[in-house]
Amino acid sequence: METKSKKRTGPVIFSGYERGSAITKALSMNREDILLEIRESKLRGRGGAGFPTSTKWMLTAAALSDEKFIICNADEGEPGTFKDRVLLIEYPELVFDGMVIAAYTIGAQQGIVYLRGEYEYLYKSLQDYLEQMRKDNLLGKDILGKKGFAFDISVFLGSGAYVCGEETALIESLEGQRGEARNRPPYPVNTGYMGKPTIVNNVETLATVPHIIMKGSEWYKKMGTGKSSGSKLFSVSGDCEKPGVYELPWGTKISELLQLVEAANTKAVQVGGASGFCYNKSQFDRALAYEDAATGGSIMIFNESRDMLKVLDNFMEFFVDESCGQCTPCRIGNVKLLEGVKMIHKGEYTFAYINKLKELGKSMQVASKCGLGHSSSNAFLSILENFNEEIFNRANGGANEN
Amino acid sequence: MLVEEKNALTEDIEQLIKKFGKKRSALLSILHGIQVKHRHVSEHAQQEIARLLDIHPVEVYSVLSFFAFLNTNPKGRNLVRICQTISCDMKGKDNIVRAIERELDVKIGGTTSDNKFTVEYVNCLGLCDEGPAMAVNDQVFTKLTPEKAVQILNKVK
Ligand SMILES: Cc1cc2nc3c(=O)[nH]c(=O)nc-3n(C[C@H](O)[C@H](O)[C@H](O)COP(=O)(O)O)c2cc1C
Ligand code: SF4
Repeated sequence: METKSKKRTGPVIFSGYERGSAITKALSMNREDILLEIRESKLRGRGGAGFPTSTKWMLTAAALSDEKFIICNADEGEPGTFKDRVLLIEYPELVFDGMVIAAYTIGAQQGIVYLRGEYEYLYKSLQDYLEQMRKDNLLGKDILGKKGFAFDISVFLGSGAYVCGEETALIESLEGQRGEARNRPPYPVNTGYMGKPTIVNNVETLATVPHIIMKGSEWYKKMGTGKSSGSKLFSVSGDCEKPGVYELPWGTKISELLQLVEAANTKAVQVGGASGFCYNKSQFDRALAYEDAATGGSIMIFNESRDMLKVLDNFMEFFVDESCGQCTPCRIGNVKLLEGVKMIHKGEYTFAYINKLKELGKSMQVASKCGLGHSSSNAFLSILENFNEEIFNRANGGANEN
Repeated sequence: MLVEEKNALTEDIEQLIKKFGKKRSALLSILHGIQVKHRHVSEHAQQEIARLLDIHPVEVYSVLSFFAFLNTNPKGRNLVRICQTISCDMKGKDNIVRAIERELDVKIGGTTSDNKFTVEYVNCLGLCDEGPAMAVNDQVFTKLTPEKAVQILNKVK
C-alpha cells in the first residue's frame, strides 16, 4: 500500500522538490512579500470551495492574537477523491513545508493535521515523518536558525464523518464536540480553533505553496486559465484503463482527460464527487476550472453500460447517511430526494411530484446551513436533467429490476 | 477516603488522558483509543471518561453517537468494512459482499456467531482507483476479487 510505486510527473506538485528548501527561502523573505507572492499567484483553495488562499492568510495574519493555528484538512471524504492520500504518502515534504511556511507567514505556533479515520494506517508514518522534521530543526524552536520562530505539528484522527471535512464542523470535532457545522460569520480566520485565528487549508493547497515560493508567482500563473491559475490534481476512477491521480493544468477539457486516462464509450462524467455535477457527452468540451466545471478533484467516469439512476441512488444514499441532521432542509430534503429516486426505479412516480422534488433540491441549495446541504442536490438535479431520456424511458416504464 | 480499586478500563482512560491531555479537546482521541482497544465505548467507559474529564456523561454520549466509527455496543473482534461508494460498486463490490456473507455465514451489518468478525459497509475509503476495496481493522486491501477477499479474512486471527 504505502510504497512509492508510481513515478509521477506533473507541472507543479509532481515536478520535484527538495525537503526544506522552500522553508529556507521563505525564512529569508519578509512576511508581506510571501503574502504578496501567494496573492500574485492567484492560488485558490483545492478543497472544493476555491477561496483565494492569500485572502485567508492575510486575514489571519492581520488578526491580533497571541495564539494562531494552521489546520491541514486531510479529511478527504468526498466520494471519488484520493489525491490527498497520495500526497500524504508520497509527498509529505510538500504538505508539511507548506504548513511551516503558512505558520511563519501568519505567526502561528501550532499546526494540526486533521486525518480522516479511514486513513488511520497513515498515522504512524506521518508521526515518524514529523519526528524526523523535529530532528532536522524543520519543526520546533528557532526553526532553521530563525530566532523566535517556533512551530510544531500534531496529527488528529477523525472518526468517520464526511461533514467533518467542512471547516467549522472540523473545528468543532477538534474541540471535542459533535461535528456540526457552525453558523458563519464568524469565520475561522478570526474565530477558529479554540476561538483563535485559524487557517484551514486543504492538503493540496498547502502542498502547492512550496513550489510557488521556490519558482515564483509568474511561473505559476503561466499555467491554467485567468481565473484558475496553475495546476490541479485529479483523482480519476470508474470506467477507464488508467485510473489514478493526474496533475493537469486548470482548463483541461473533460474530453482531454478522458483521452488521457483511456476511457472508452463514456456516457457520463461526474465532476466534483457526489456533491458535484454529472455531465453528458454533449458537455465533454467543458473545461475543468473554477469558472466552468469546478471540482475539488474527483472525476468519476461511467460508460454506456451503466445505469445512471443507480449511480444517483448511490450518491443520495451517501448524503442521507452523512447529513449531520442539524438543519431541516438537508436532513429531510436528502431523504425525500432518495425516495424520489426509488420511486422512479419502481416506476411509481408522477412528473408533477418529480418537479416538486426538483424545487426542493433548489431550496436545499439556499436554505441549508452548510456546504453539505448546499451541494447534495447537485447530482440529483444534473443527472435528471442531463440523462432525462435514459431515466424516464427505462424499460417497463421504470419498473426494471437490476 | 478509601482507595478505589481501579479497573483496567479506567487505567486505559487515564493513559489516554496522559497522552492527549485532560481537556475537552482530547475527547475524540480518548474515545478513539477506547474504541480501538475495546471495540466499543461502553456506558461504564462513558461515565469514567466524563468523570475524569469533569464533564457530564451525556456530553460524552452526544459526541460518541455522532461518529460512525464509534459505537456503544461491542462489535466482533475484527471489523471488516467494505467500500460501498459508486467507484467500488462498479468494480464489483456486491460480489465481494456476497462471497463474504456466504463464507462467514453473516449478513452485512452483522457479527459472526463466534464473534470473530463484524462486517459492514463504509463510505468512500479513498481507494477509488484500486477498487473494490475493504478495510480490515486499520489495514486496507484493494483490487479485491471474491476469492481474494475470503482468503484475506481466512488469514485473520
Ligand atoms: C461537507 C463538506 C465536506 C468537506 N470536506 C473537505 C475535505 O475533506 N477536505 C478539504 O480540504 N475540504 C473539505 N471541505 C471544504 C472545507 O470546508 C474548506 O473549504 C477547505 O478545507 C478550505 O481549504 P482550501 O481553501 O485550501 O480549499 C468540505 C466542505 C463541506 C461542506
Ligand atoms: S446542511 Fe446538512 S450537514 Fe450541514 S448543518 Fe445542515 S443538516 Fe448538517
